[in-house]
Amino acid sequence: MDLPPYATLGQKIWHYGFLVICGLIFFFLIAPIMVIIPLSFNAEDFFTFTPEMLAFDPEGYSLKHYRDFFTNPDWQQALWNSVKIAPAATFLSVTLGTLAAIGLSQDHVPFRRAIMAILISPMIVPLIISAAGMYFFYSRIGLQGTYLGVVLAHAALGIPFVIITVTATLVGFDRSLTRASASLGADPVTTFFKVQMPLILPGVISGGLFAFITSFDEVVVVLFVGSANQQTLPWQMFTGLREQISPTILAVATILVVISIALLTTVEILRRRSEKIRGMSPG
Amino acid sequence: MSTLNSSGPQTADAPTPDDAFHEATGLDARESQPPHGSGDGDGPVLAADGRPLKQSLKRALRAQKLRALMLIAPLLIFVLVTFIAPIADMLFRSVENQIVSDTLPRTTQALAGWDEDSGAMPPDNILAAFTYDMVAAAERKEHTRLGTRLNYEMTGISSLFRKTGRRVDDFGETYLDQFEALDPAWEEAKTWVRLMGDPDWLAANADWAAEADAAGRDFDKPAPPFELKPGIAAALPETADAYAEFARITQVEDEDNPAEEEPWAPVYLALFRDLAKQPAPDFAALAAPDRALLAPAAQAVPDFETVALADLYIKADEDWADPEVWKTIKAFSPDYTSGYFLASVDLQKTVDGVSAQPEDRQIYMLLFKRTLFMSMVIMGSCVLLGYPIAYLLSNLPMRTSNLLLILVLLPFWTSLLVRTSAWKVLLQQQGVINDILVWAHIVADDARLVMINNQFGTIVAMTHILLPFMILPLYSVMKTIPPSYVRAAKSLGATNWTAFWRVYFPQSVPGIGAGCILVFILAIGYYITPELVGGTTGTFISNRIAYHISSSLNWGLAAALGTILLAVVLILYWLYDRLVGIDNVSLG
Repeated sequence: MDLPPYATLGQKIWHYGFLVICGLIFFFLIAPIMVIIPLSFNAEDFFTFTPEMLAFDPEGYSLKHYRDFFTNPDWQQALWNSVKIAPAATFLSVTLGTLAAIGLSQDHVPFRRAIMAILISPMIVPLIISAAGMYFFYSRIGLQGTYLGVVLAHAALGIPFVIITVTATLVGFDRSLTRASASLGADPVTTFFKVQMPLILPGVISGGLFAFITSFDEVVVVLFVGSANQQTLPWQMFTGLREQISPTILAVATILVVISIALLTTVEILRRRSEKIRGMSPG
Repeated sequence: MSTLNSSGPQTADAPTPDDAFHEATGLDARESQPPHGSGDGDGPVLAADGRPLKQSLKRALRAQKLRALMLIAPLLIFVLVTFIAPIADMLFRSVENQIVSDTLPRTTQALAGWDEDSGAMPPDNILAAFTYDMVAAAERKEHTRLGTRLNYEMTGISSLFRKTGRRVDDFGETYLDQFEALDPAWEEAKTWVRLMGDPDWLAANADWAAEADAAGRDFDKPAPPFELKPGIAAALPETADAYAEFARITQVEDEDNPAEEEPWAPVYLALFRDLAKQPAPDFAALAAPDRALLAPAAQAVPDFETVALADLYIKADEDWADPEVWKTIKAFSPDYTSGYFLASVDLQKTVDGVSAQPEDRQIYMLLFKRTLFMSMVIMGSCVLLGYPIAYLLSNLPMRTSNLLLILVLLPFWTSLLVRTSAWKVLLQQQGVINDILVWAHIVADDARLVMINNQFGTIVAMTHILLPFMILPLYSVMKTIPPSYVRAAKSLGATNWTAFWRVYFPQSVPGIGAGCILVFILAIGYYITPELVGGTTGTFISNRIAYHISSSLNWGLAAALGTILLAVVLILYWLYDRLVGIDNVSLG
């Protein structure tokens, strides 16, 4: 991207113009997310910067919206529901998904394409359609409005992510290692836990993180499959945004942004680690 | 990036079962050749355990396939039950229409022979069938559900059914009074149950009643289900049918004993119609006491004062005189209907065929068009904004581009609701953008821009949300374009623009294709963002689906709209698979 020393004026203008455009697009990507962080410390119940805030007057800032989030029973119940649902759904998708990914990476799998299409489908079908179908079907079999129903629905939505990340990791897995382990007398279960699992663990964990964030962020399906007792954090935000918009939402949003930064960092570290193990990247 | 069909780098130096498989096919070929010369006559190659090698290799292969399937099976079953079955259920609901024939079984059968072009109400026999169905449905409280269902097809039927359901158990009262005047025995439940009930059932039912009386309150043994006396259905077909319905509902819905309850008035209507039939019914097959009860009634019936059922219905609600009501019931009699699909494309189903909906009800084509149009606009703005970013990222040194990639991945990882609420905060009339514009004196304080709750709000917010899905596939394609091609073009005299347009751009087209389809698929089914920032003009077809599920409760129409949307997505997805390949879905 460096400009050659012999560049003409027109080329220079074009080059810097391009960089400015790119900067504006990055601004468009990041600014909306960053703007809510200072706004969440607003001392007033406004959604915009007050004159006190712009003057960096400490009076203009407060933690009252965070206090509201941590004391309001509605928000606490929603947080607690999210914390109960997401790990259960993640556990289901990761255990079943990892097993299936190992099965799918074998040499001779009959109907591999058809099976793959079915397992990936929850990611392809628009959420509103999944939600409609699950609402109809789960109310037929009595799962609508239950904790189990929401967990099963979220697990189904998380499975494609686990399958994709784990199969990608398994491509670089040297299968002569399992044969070596077997030749040294280990049974398949020991081989799996002692040899294969530690090596594909980064892929499994990042698949699990994807499944977790899918469930933790999901609102359409839980709106239909859940009932008031399964009201999750995104659901509470959704009703908050639609009906009585309260600045507490900005505090929650800030907390969620911090969580996503943490998750993003973890996934990035895991990805580099697994690439290093597979010898695909020098860094 | 995963390529599932490669079997790993180790195949070159280590033997795998795959090699064995190839060997087995090789052996196969060798055996099928006729042995030439005498040196080959020592039979097939044997494995260590004495079996032919080909057989044992095949067995090993089968075991391997089975093991792979066993590992996949739990997840496959899980997805089939929790995800595929719901989708199948939705497809089924989009054509299912059993509620009409389940609630009005006699009517739908009778209407099959009705000439709908007569321009009048159906004749008495159909109205009688409808009366028996309605009184049963009203007792089960199902008539309002059916009314709601038919109201989707013709406005006003819902209230018609509700009103009539309250009065239909009086239809036939004229005959009830006249039968009772003739013989007070008709008034008694016992007379009826003896006439209609099977003797064995009568005995069992009497035992059950005695047991219930003795046990008192907490008695929960089910009563023996009512059975008709043999022969009675032949002698008095309508009466037997109507009474059996009455007895079953009394037992199941009301948990009463039919031997102690007087039948509904429509049962008397049925009795009158049976007795008044020409030629007179034959009671020869019945027992003597029944004959004694029925003979005087049969003789008196021709002199009964009659009342036309049509008048009763018109008195209950004059809308019944409108043949359109009956045409609608007839048009929706079959168990499966294309009605919901027709309604999803602004058509309606009538007995005469398919016709367009009235102008004021045509909204779905508009919504589909708007959904497609806005998804295209969002896709277009994603290409415009995503292309420069992807180009920049793929041409910067690794370290810088990795750092900048985080700026793309952060929105990708941030909760959808956080991003939507951010836009709500920014775009409001009292929001940050308007405040800045007012502060900079670009707009006046009293002329703040309306940027939310319209199409503009939806397009801006969704472009922001979907932009990473455009950048990531573009970036992964651009990374593979060797920079030497552009340099070569320039060294051959191409200007910057020509080098880009003729050499670089064509190589990035697969990335544009992949990104566009991905963004389009995601945009077309979006629900949350249009719901929150779309107002009334920026909503998508998915918002209508949600409305029909949770507010109007027209599940069939919701399912049909969903099925159409699903079909569009699957076609696009098939295209994506052809262009990019299903295994190449990358997660950053």
